[in-house]
Amino acid sequence: MIVSTLPRRLAVVIVVAVIVAFLSIKLNAFRDYQIAEVAYEVTAVAGLTVLTGLSGQISLGHGAFMAIGGYATALILLHLNWPFIVALLIAAAVTAAAGAVVGVAAARLRGPYLAGATLMLGVALPAVAYAYPATFGGDQGLNVVFTTPAFLGANFPLTRWQAWVGAAVALVTLLLLANLCYSRVGRNWRAVRDDDVAAALDGINVALARIRAFVVSATCAGIAGSLLAVITALVAPGAYTLTLSIALLTAAVIGGLGSLPGALWGSLLIILVPTYASDVATSHGLSSSVGSNIPVAAYGVILILVMLAFPQGIQGGLRRLVALFAGPMNRENEPVATPEHSEKEGSS
Amino acid sequence: MVEFLQFTLSGAVFGMVYAAIALSLVLIWRGTRLLNYAQGGMAMFTTYVAIEVIYRTGSYWAGFAVALAAGIVLGAICERGVVRLTTGKPPLNAVIVTIGLLILLEGLAGILYGGQYRSFPAAFSIIGLRVGHTPIGVSRFDVFVAVAVLVTTLAFAAVFKYTAAGLRLRATAFNPTIARLSGIRVARVLTVGWALAGLLGALAGVLVSPSTFLYPNSMDTIFVYGFTAAVIGGLDSPAGAVVGGLLLGIVLSYVGGYLGTQGPDLTALVALGILVVVLMIRPDGLFAGARLRRV
Repeated sequence: MIVSTLPRRLAVVIVVAVIVAFLSIKLNAFRDYQIAEVAYEVTAVAGLTVLTGLSGQISLGHGAFMAIGGYATALILLHLNWPFIVALLIAAAVTAAAGAVVGVAAARLRGPYLAGATLMLGVALPAVAYAYPATFGGDQGLNVVFTTPAFLGANFPLTRWQAWVGAAVALVTLLLLANLCYSRVGRNWRAVRDDDVAAALDGINVALARIRAFVVSATCAGIAGSLLAVITALVAPGAYTLTLSIALLTAAVIGGLGSLPGALWGSLLIILVPTYASDVATSHGLSSSVGSNIPVAAYGVILILVMLAFPQGIQGGLRRLVALFAGPMNRENEPVATPEHSEKEGSS
Repeated sequence: MVEFLQFTLSGAVFGMVYAAIALSLVLIWRGTRLLNYAQGGMAMFTTYVAIEVIYRTGSYWAGFAVALAAGIVLGAICERGVVRLTTGKPPLNAVIVTIGLLILLEGLAGILYGGQYRSFPAAFSIIGLRVGHTPIGVSRFDVFVAVAVLVTTLAFAAVFKYTAAGLRLRATAFNPTIARLSGIRVARVLTVGWALAGLLGALAGVLVSPSTFLYPNSMDTIFVYGFTAAVIGGLDSPAGAVVGGLLLGIVLSYVGGYLGTQGPDLTALVALGILVVVLMIRPDGLFAGARLRRV
């Protein structure tokens, strides 16, 4: 499962791209929309899993960076009418800058204090849209115009184009992230995560490494926010709630913290389970208040169960499964236990 | 000047509610080094229990008592039944498990009670009190809110300081291994800690719901501000939780009061500002003690 060199990573990306292209043509418009949803989700979750899993910093407010990316994209498309790819890059740059500012503050904080600060960031920033309705459209938000390009013909479904754009952006982001994680930058993050004093003695600039992780992670979230804006054709504060920020962290942990394939498993779970559960509920003809809440309750139960059954997330569980079957044959592929920082010894 | 007094007093009342949530978080944090993200959800659920009891019996106080009892039971169940199972796993797993609990409780509340907004009765009149002819910004019920939280806090402080059970709780928070070696049943003490936190949360839920309405997500905002208050004060300090809650409540009341129409939209931003300023000066909260770092 561990993709370690550039050609192998490229091969994986191409295989996934072919699968997505095939699925997007075979499946209906709603499923295409879900592919696009998974694409933006995995982009944001991948950035967060790198931040939390590799550099050891938690964020409960990544929805704020998605909001920045989304509003930047919407404002550029609305006022300047530039092509989407330009808007996407500018949105990424803007969120990178925001990530640097937050990262400088975050580098001083640890554990629950960082969690508290980022949680408040995630709640506070989208509220700016309410406070300045002239610029940000207030509660209603801003509409985003995104159409299929002319060369695909008039009958090409918009959702399929959205799925393609989303998947392409997500895959490129993941490829860049994977390279970064296995470079010196990524090694420094891991060193800082495991022991910041030892890392500093090794000549690593601890604060800079932490800030850099925040910038990278925020940029991914900004790109995801930009995708979300064109997929839903709308940016409104209601889209960037606390629930979104928490869902991102949940997906990262459920998938397997620090693992990019894990980010994909987590995103699939977060996007598909609620829809699936509500399909089941409606097909059993349950009343609306019960039917709309059973998926919520089921989602909560699944989070708890996955966390208890797979302490290292889905990817960790898969790795163990692979090791179980392939274990005796190739010893060097044995899973390396990631260090667990329990702040206290087992207490019950 | 009168306005200033009104905003201060009404802010202090909300601050006491934040303080109650913050205290419940501090209780659990000190015992288990875990932030309970389900605290708001637990409070919401016990408040629904209270409203059912009040409708059935017609007595506010019956609902009030049952809510507090339900808080104790729910806290103990969550610890024993779910959170206990994460012991020895990475700390973030426990965080996600409490988030799962929160989502489960909100879903259950929606299934059992529906998603619509419900009004919750207040124990006393909510008409503003006056001194002479000037309104002072708080009602009889607000006074009750402040007194209820204050009395509970002092009672907790007394229990912690003067009783054997309190000593066991403090010993477990200080060092679970040594506590266990001294013959304390650490597992049982942790359950008691969660039960007490559940009680505090239930109290906060019953006290705040007359002014926020009750719905499955109604405690989310209160939880966020309670969490912020706990972080401002320092998660290891009960006194910090109360000071953080009051500080946050009063400042946010000024923001809501003085900034006119934009005020309500900016309260979260101002709370973020306070949090950032405090944490930049004291990264472990206002009341943080000296910290030992092992290399």
